[in-house]
Amino acid sequence: MKILEINHCRKQFDGVEVLKDISLSVDEGQVVSIIGPSGSGKSTLLRCATLLETMDGGDLIYIGEHAAKDSENGSVYASAEQLKKIKSNFGLVFQNFNLFPHYSVMKNITEAPILVQKRNKDEVYEEALVLLKKMGLSDKADSYPYQLSGGQQQRVSIARALAMNPKILFFDEPTSALDPELTGEILKVIKDLAAEHMTMVIVTHEMSFARDVSNHIIFMDGGVIVEQGNPSDVINNPQQDRTKLFLSRFQQ
Amino acid sequence: MSFSAMLSQLVGGFGQTVLIFALTLVFSLPLGLLVAFCRMSKFRPLSGLTKIIISILRGTPLMLQLFAWFYGPFYIFGIKLTSSYRLIAIILGFSVNYAAYFAEIYRSGIESIPVGQYEAANVLGYSKSQTFSRIIFPQMVKRVLPPVTNEVITLVKDTSLAFAIAYTEMFTIAKQIAAAQTSIMPLFIAGVFYFIFNFIVAQVMERIERKLNYYR
Repeated sequence: MKILEINHCRKQFDGVEVLKDISLSVDEGQVVSIIGPSGSGKSTLLRCATLLETMDGGDLIYIGEHAAKDSENGSVYASAEQLKKIKSNFGLVFQNFNLFPHYSVMKNITEAPILVQKRNKDEVYEEALVLLKKMGLSDKADSYPYQLSGGQQQRVSIARALAMNPKILFFDEPTSALDPELTGEILKVIKDLAAEHMTMVIVTHEMSFARDVSNHIIFMDGGVIVEQGNPSDVINNPQQDRTKLFLSRFQQ
Repeated sequence: MSFSAMLSQLVGGFGQTVLIFALTLVFSLPLGLLVAFCRMSKFRPLSGLTKIIISILRGTPLMLQLFAWFYGPFYIFGIKLTSSYRLIAIILGFSVNYAAYFAEIYRSGIESIPVGQYEAANVLGYSKSQTFSRIIFPQMVKRVLPPVTNEVITLVKDTSLAFAIAYTEMFTIAKQIAAAQTSIMPLFIAGVFYFIFNFIVAQVMERIERKLNYYR
């Protein structure tokens, strides 16, 4: 089953084309990594997919439901009400965590399911405790974000996203704000999620991690998908010159 | 006039001072938020107009604005004024003027909240009003508390401007007694009253600040 489908996505900022006809689809249980140099458009693609940016053209489809439909005049978005429903299909983990600093860890995780999804409070709390345990943060439920390390904060933000029971989880450079030690901690969490067949799209600069964790790798540059395929093929045996050049530093 | 008689008159006036102070805060703090919204509106005519109004309110003397509120209705519209209108004019003048300052303080607070907070709330499905009331507003309050405290302290002293339209608050009374008794004692005592009032205000604001210090 296709969870996410993006067709012919185009996006420009002030006349600069950032995404040029990008298409990709993500099947249930698939882990897709997007790699590429800074400014290649990978984060913009993720932001378009998570409705933080609007596409200039192209389709955006979640589980058969159109969030945006391509037309002659560019992408036409669904109604606010429909988009709200579609939003509950995905979660996003930010580079800078973006936890709510005035909320305890527990409230960060539980507020949206209770407030937005109108779920039962006790049930949400119970689930949150399970998630915290899974993230190794059982003792941090009452802490505030500023009291946590970067790695712990990022794990809370993953728990916050998971608490919404998303069908697909996006990661926007989840380890770029962390030191190598803390990076390992987050990568392990993502690997565990992959082992549970969580559908994920990960924008990352961690090449070996991308190779190990994903089923599919996309290399982007200059707003286009330059190369994609099997992780070990793309990383270990790239075909395109641009990919080779980008990966040459990593190969050394 | 005995010292105690003078003191009791001043205390009576002090009640009016506190009344002006309290009513002004009650109206100007929320009004400031409304003005801040207008100022930040994406609808250009509204934000432009608000900007002009704020600039007039901040750019002219508050005393002059009090005159305008008090005498304006009569001179412009020919409305006959009752004596109770004096207080209304004062509260209008103070509230509108302070709302302009509060609006700009709120705006700076709201605009200082990282865009990531909005994005996180957006992805989690919070509506715009939920995002503001639950995520942005509480963080804004913490950030604007020091400059708001400044304004509140200034307000305590500004209440004395009510003497301009002869409203009998403490300063007006102190001036009257001082003139009648040819003594600066009443004015000095009024000064002590203002200081004590502000000392309490500062303590209260500090407590609120400390209460909000549970996060960073």
